[in-house]
Amino acid sequence: MSSIVSRGSTPSVQGRSSGPLRGMCEVLATRRVGAYQSITFVAPEMAERAAPGQFISIAVDAAGTLLRRPFSIFSVSQHGPWAGTVEVVFDVIGPGTKWLAERSKHDVVDVVGPLGKPFPLPAQPVSCLLVGGGYGAAPLLYLAGVLQQGGFRTDIILGAKSQDRIFNAIEAKRLSATAQFTTEDGTLGTQGRVTDVMDRVIEQARTGVIYACGPMPMLAAVAHVARRHRIPSQVAVEEAMACGVGVCWTCVLPYAKKDGVQNLRACVDGPVFNGARIDWERLGLGEVVEAPPLPDPETDPNVELRP
Amino acid sequence: MTAVEPQRSGRALRPDQVDLRIDLGPLVLANPFVTASGCFASGQEINRFYDVNRLGAVVVKSITLEPRPGLPTPRMAETPSGMLNAIGLQNPGIDAWMANDLPWLQRAGVPTIVSIAGKTAQEFRILAERLRGVPGVIAIEANISCPNVEDRNIVFACRETSTKEVISQVSRVATVPVFAKLTPDVTDIVSIAATARASGAAGVSVINTLLGMAIDVETRRPKLAAITGGLSGPAIKPVALRAVHQIHQALPDLPIIGMGGIRTVEDVVEFLIAGVSAVAIGTANFTNPLVAAELLDELPRWCAARGIRSVTELRGDLRP
Repeated sequence: MSSIVSRGSTPSVQGRSSGPLRGMCEVLATRRVGAYQSITFVAPEMAERAAPGQFISIAVDAAGTLLRRPFSIFSVSQHGPWAGTVEVVFDVIGPGTKWLAERSKHDVVDVVGPLGKPFPLPAQPVSCLLVGGGYGAAPLLYLAGVLQQGGFRTDIILGAKSQDRIFNAIEAKRLSATAQFTTEDGTLGTQGRVTDVMDRVIEQARTGVIYACGPMPMLAAVAHVARRHRIPSQVAVEEAMACGVGVCWTCVLPYAKKDGVQNLRACVDGPVFNGARIDWERLGLGEVVEAPPLPDPETDPNVELRP
Repeated sequence: MTAVEPQRSGRALRPDQVDLRIDLGPLVLANPFVTASGCFASGQEINRFYDVNRLGAVVVKSITLEPRPGLPTPRMAETPSGMLNAIGLQNPGIDAWMANDLPWLQRAGVPTIVSIAGKTAQEFRILAERLRGVPGVIAIEANISCPNVEDRNIVFACRETSTKEVISQVSRVATVPVFAKLTPDVTDIVSIAATARASGAAGVSVINTLLGMAIDVETRRPKLAAITGGLSGPAIKPVALRAVHQIHQALPDLPIIGMGGIRTVEDVVEFLIAGVSAVAIGTANFTNPLVAAELLDELPRWCAARGIRSVTELRGDLRP
């Protein structure tokens, strides 16, 4: 065991005393979770530095692939016999994720992280609603654990096409005051979409801030509901990335800044963004709505979020 | 692969005995490693991993006169051993860049080569004027070959006349050496390189990305929002080496910064043998943010094991 631990924390870890690192990380475990795949790495320094909403990028060695794949962090453990681990959850959708799903215990994989900006936490004791789509639930359950430790009331809504695509319903229940599930085929919880049950939860829980992660159309719909309720939303986006570290400019999305809409990089300016400021219309996901003026975490003291 | 005993040209050395200094005409760099424009932003992001002032120079992402929002997404598609990009020169414009990005490069002591891009020769000239006498800026790279422009007519490096127009205007006002970045998407890259030199360029940067395309067969739509984009990565390395070789054979005294799919120390040495003075690391930074620093550590070991005292011994040493 000691050799495994030392390999996970070898001198091959490169980087600074803070910020992202690159390491050759040993696979501690892989497992199937419903329709998804989970992989856990021995990565003590990354585990220590990570926060909910951040991601790691993994070099895959499938034929013809060139680029790393980014994955939201689902959980970290800083203690225990493995001295620190990082776990990610993903769906097998192409050669890269297929390669990753085929890794075995003790394989060594090239990992860079933690990357990106984490979810900002509320500065006041507000009620938090976490809305996840598919494996987008993973970073939210990580966040839910941190919010629970901070004493925040947390409600969770997870949605997917079917029951096997609802990630970790048990953990969602354990980490929340209330947990709702929606499936498009009705195999678990309410038949429909996450937005179908949001109004009810927001009213009952007196939600003060909404966190979301999932497919872009879902995030657009969640941000829209948040706007309607005048609640700030923080959404973690999934964008195709070449580098994950801020140098390639491929993962941009249009975001309203003081001096107009700018293309911001999901990898370093996000992946967590204020949902009210993403230009959903330009992304083809906007709805024309009469919305009241937006509460803004950057200017409104009542919805202040701590980075 | 089987292990092959390194060919020694002399007694094995210690890596610290290897002289990494190279010259690009009037410019001397501490080592041959620079970054390919558009693959390294302006240095700060990668400086989170290592001190980028260790590199011979950082070539920053192309700067234009006015801010550019860039193209819509998707801007990237992975292809076999390569990638396509269509960013569209997104950048904050020269004023914001000089106010926000340049000061960090200067404070960190990063030898900086500023890549500039314009829609007209006049825009290039104005950009070069703005960079006159700016501390820390050791050279200008005129990006006359970005493939991601609406009008293919402004790929200046496709024609001798437009190459001459831009490079002569930039060279006339620049206070630092000017490098012309060339595209391989031409019939005769040697004539373009010769024109750049005759117009005042101190050297050439070879090659920019190749114009390419990828299609999603399920949706039958292009994988890039811009339809076409620039191909980079290991897939283009043989094309880049060929271009370097042709230029070096025809113009042996012209300093060349070589780039295109460089990832390993052997790739670096191949480019040196083909005739470059410096190598630019591009897409490999995406795969491994530490790659340039790792290659900087590996090259002296590679040379030392073969008794090569100076990397300049390798330059152009292509044997029959």
